[in-house]
Amino acid sequence: MSDTYTKKPESLFSNETIDGEISTLNLGPTHPATHGIFQNVLTVDGEKILGSVQTIGYIHRAFEKLAERRPYNQITPITDRLNYCSSPINNMGWEMTVEKLIGVEIPKRAQYMRVIIMELSRIADHLVCNSVIGVDTGALTGFTYMFQQREAIYDIFEEVCGARLTTNIGRIGGFERDFSPRFHEKLEKFLKEFPKHFEEFDSLLLRNRIFMDRTIGAGPMSAERALDYGFTGPNLRATGVDYDVRVMNPYSSYQDFDFIVPVGTQGDTYDRFCVRQEEVRQSLSIIRQALDKMPEGSYFAENLPEFYLPRKEDVYTKMEALIYHFKIVMGETPIPAGEVYHSVEGGNGEVGYQLISDGGRTPYRLQFRRPSFIYYQAYPEMITGQTISDAVLTMSSMNVIAGELDA
Amino acid sequence: MTNLTNEFVLARLQEQFGSAIITSETPYDLLTVEVAADKAHEIIAWLKQDDATKISFLTLLGATHYPNSEGRELAISYLLHSLVNNFRLRLKAFIPIAEPTIASITDIYVGANWQERETYDFFGVQFTGHPNLTRILNEDSMDYFPLRKEYHLEDATREDKDDRYFGR
Repeated sequence: MSDTYTKKPESLFSNETIDGEISTLNLGPTHPATHGIFQNVLTVDGEKILGSVQTIGYIHRAFEKLAERRPYNQITPITDRLNYCSSPINNMGWEMTVEKLIGVEIPKRAQYMRVIIMELSRIADHLVCNSVIGVDTGALTGFTYMFQQREAIYDIFEEVCGARLTTNIGRIGGFERDFSPRFHEKLEKFLKEFPKHFEEFDSLLLRNRIFMDRTIGAGPMSAERALDYGFTGPNLRATGVDYDVRVMNPYSSYQDFDFIVPVGTQGDTYDRFCVRQEEVRQSLSIIRQALDKMPEGSYFAENLPEFYLPRKEDVYTKMEALIYHFKIVMGETPIPAGEVYHSVEGGNGEVGYQLISDGGRTPYRLQFRRPSFIYYQAYPEMITGQTISDAVLTMSSMNVIAGELDA
Repeated sequence: MTNLTNEFVLARLQEQFGSAIITSETPYDLLTVEVAADKAHEIIAWLKQDDATKISFLTLLGATHYPNSEGRELAISYLLHSLVNNFRLRLKAFIPIAEPTIASITDIYVGANWQERETYDFFGVQFTGHPNLTRILNEDSMDYFPLRKEYHLEDATREDKDDRYFGR
């Protein structure tokens, strides 16, 4: 946390004035419009923002330190709590990192299943962000309808793993169980009903005069500046750079699917909204393709007994399964020493895992690349010269997730 | 899109910087180059403007603590990415923990600002030239650097505790 209270921040700001009377305004830490606990000390001249000093770290939980004391399969629940709007992407990103370290390829079917779950969570993530942009412009209606759809996605997750928000979904080596008939039922229902509701939501905002007036030009970002700041994900694509990890470094068989990477031009709130809207449609298309092309095979890697928890029936009846179960639960599995970086396209951008293993039961060092943490530092630059209401909109359209920001 | 190879980039770095390139390896096909700590800033700046490689995106900056390697306890790692060529490069610079200073790269990548503050916060690395090197996630009054290896978390395998007293 920074010493915002003791330091006079004037030197950081421009000297531009409207009526010469400069005042300080605390936006946050617990303000409903910040969607999480972040503090921004704004220096304002009337309604115009001259600068801002950010304080973060309110929900820092020392995940990188905790990970150094946890066996590999016990780190998955930690990753839930990074970007909690799309936990499954984080979970699977971590599982893929460990699979890369071990050097195992999981069956095609399990990869397709992962794609379905990851795209569902991307939809959930983007729905939260976009409907909340609506709320911040004063349009609450779309939000309530989209949260019903998000609920439907969480019901689907519940069918797969039993949890809804912090999912701990999947295992190192695949899935804990195959998709059930009830899962397919719920997914089919969602795929049938969701587009109708989504297009209705889209029509509420996309060409809405008030919404466009509020969002176009709010919190703009140029492509050069965004790259300099290390932006990734929808926020980078809104500026016009088509960097998408799924396309550039395909993982989990993303190369098998046909989808477009939407880009914006201005990098403002409206572009970020549009990019996320289109990504939801692309995600739906990917889920449909994955369901149609779903290969036969196993839902987990059979050749990975030392990492993949055996079935409970086997644990109770077979000796090897019991031994492996015990070793996995106690974290006594041998793992190669090495240094590996793996990244996936999360809801907010490139979620990376930099893992150094010394062959011990826990990672020697694990560093998360948290996209929110990296792009949120551009926030003062984006809102300087804008109004306070634009600042609120800019924050919601960047989709800063406190859990990911503070790790 | 041209495809850069690990060999090409390594050769280019060696040709340009000679003895500042200390060792190199390619774990999991990611070129990892150890560079002299006092040259890291210069190398990253040069890579950013080099047209042949176009390695001009900072993905991740962080540190690792190796308490047993004397004189090079802290490893600062820079994960760079060429979005044009889809090529990743990891640079590492080792510095002694007794004098943990390295040049800040905030003048090259503005996004390094918070990542360097985080590295300072957790490892105590002094980035010279950083505009505002203060703690970022931890509390200001903290007087140690928690991700260094001398600060242990409780060992999950310890057996000397009676769980009844800990509500388990």
